[in-house]
Amino acid sequence: MELFSKKNKETFLTPLGLNNPVSVQVLGICSALAVTSKLEPALVMGLSVTIIVALANVVISLLRKTIPNRIRIIVQLVVVATLVTIVSQVLKAFAYDVSVQLSVYVGLIITNCILMGRLEAFAMQNGPWESFLDGVGSGLGYALILVIVGFFRELLGSGTLLNFRVIPECAYEYGYLNNGLMVLPPMALIIMACIIWYQRSKNPDLQEKNN
Amino acid sequence: MKALRNFLDKVKPSFEEGGKFHAFRSVFDGFETFLFVPNTVAKRGSHIHDCIDSKRAMSIVVIALMPALLFGMYNVGFQHYLVHGEEASFWATFFYGFLAVLPKIVVSYLVGLGIEFTVAQWKGEEIQEGFLVSGMLIPLIVPVECPLWILAVATAFAVIFAKEVFGGTGYNIFNVALVTRAFLFFAYPAKMSGEKVWISQDTICGLGSNQALVDGFTGATPLGQAVSSTTITDAIGAGMSPMDMIIGLYPGSIGETSVIAIALGAIILLWTGIASWKIMISVFAGGILTACMFNAIGANEVMNLPWTEHIFLGGFCFGAVFMATDPVTSPRTECGKYIFGFLIGFIAIVVRCLNPGYPEGMMLAILLMNVFAALIDYCFVQANIKRRLNRVNK
Repeated sequence: MELFSKKNKETFLTPLGLNNPVSVQVLGICSALAVTSKLEPALVMGLSVTIIVALANVVISLLRKTIPNRIRIIVQLVVVATLVTIVSQVLKAFAYDVSVQLSVYVGLIITNCILMGRLEAFAMQNGPWESFLDGVGSGLGYALILVIVGFFRELLGSGTLLNFRVIPECAYEYGYLNNGLMVLPPMALIIMACIIWYQRSKNPDLQEKNN
Repeated sequence: MKALRNFLDKVKPSFEEGGKFHAFRSVFDGFETFLFVPNTVAKRGSHIHDCIDSKRAMSIVVIALMPALLFGMYNVGFQHYLVHGEEASFWATFFYGFLAVLPKIVVSYLVGLGIEFTVAQWKGEEIQEGFLVSGMLIPLIVPVECPLWILAVATAFAVIFAKEVFGGTGYNIFNVALVTRAFLFFAYPAKMSGEKVWISQDTICGLGSNQALVDGFTGATPLGQAVSSTTITDAIGAGMSPMDMIIGLYPGSIGETSVIAIALGAIILLWTGIASWKIMISVFAGGILTACMFNAIGANEVMNLPWTEHIFLGGFCFGAVFMATDPVTSPRTECGKYIFGFLIGFIAIVVRCLNPGYPEGMMLAILLMNVFAALIDYCFVQANIKRRLNRVNK
């Protein structure tokens, strides 16, 4: 079995596009709304989730034959909680400002539906390498959406990107104003809706059928 | 009229199947049906129709808005000369206001109709007439100093996200004009509230006053003042009697200040049967009862406002007459209209009293009740079905 077979590539790539956990499966929306008012926390959050999903997938995949079926959720939660705690401590140690901005949402990665979904649906049935690829793919798919939303919200809401001023001062002198609604959560939902709208109009297969 | 009809008939073939401008048929169709009542009729099924179609109904609403618009223009000029302490003739006053308000109307129609036409063209549908009214309402519910570009952004946002994504005219859940205002209010609060935005202070095209502002100038709207003080004054600090509030020469959104002008519009709407009197009456009933209730509590300044001032000031009348009665976003069932209207009046006053930061209770109340319109209808229809089933089963 080769490392980058066609199937493995697919496992890695579909969560980035056609099976994106946020825009197609509509999972993990709450944190996507909460941490995207600036680009930086969105990036950090996306990376944290990627690392946690990938590692949790590997660990669960290694244990999958020994976990008794009745208590599998508990085992999964213990693994995820451990990883979340480690990531949270690392953030506090090396990126304190961002961890303050992310506040409870790092801890709440435990309850992120993407994690449990991947562990249940993928890692319990597949080997560690495939699970790793799947975890990285799902995490990056999540991060991708977060970064897009965060990009627009920070650009239009604060006129900055990663805290660097992007919209020049002279624009403000000519009467340009930051859009206050962009910083509020409703606008995150609307940007997310636009992404979903765009993606589904590009790929008609994704559109839900009216029954 | 005859010449216009002949011209339309002459150019029509080039817009039909196989014609030169076939791609623009929806634009042509939109204009033609706007100018003349279409002569086509439904061929199949039973159709019971009023003699006026929706383009004619919309035109009557626009006519009903005219008193408020014209008075709003005069008021803009009046406030301008008042705060500069200068006397001006009636026509100079009106013309100044006209120049201040006209760009807003143009921008609102250009952006809104532009998007509607593009979408209709793109989807190959007919152009719907819904924006005729929204485009006139939008300039009337913003402060005069609201910059044109944010008005354009807000109009585009509202037309796309409150209307087109739901399926266009007749399918929108929220009142489009109010979504525009809500967007402006939350996105650009500095341009939508406070003391600087309600009175146009600069000269426009050489018209207007260059004198310094008079002493005692305050730009806050009466409702904005009511939050912090017991006395309500006009723009130069003179006290206001209830009669002044009815006439409406005080700072506020362009079309909302005069109760008389709005009442004229209400008479036109009710006389032609376009707006529902049930909704109007119950909005006022809800507002008055709630205001009296809060008078009895009286825990802050706004709660102590007598009910007359609650009704006369701010957007209450304008919302009750032109916004709450929007046939698309209000319930269809007759009993539902009473509940819908009453709750709008109730919530508007509750928002004003309990959160003095939002004097715009009316906007939030109508938008909130728009959400429930379909639910109210559903409950009454189900109750009706149940009642009739019981009658059958007996």
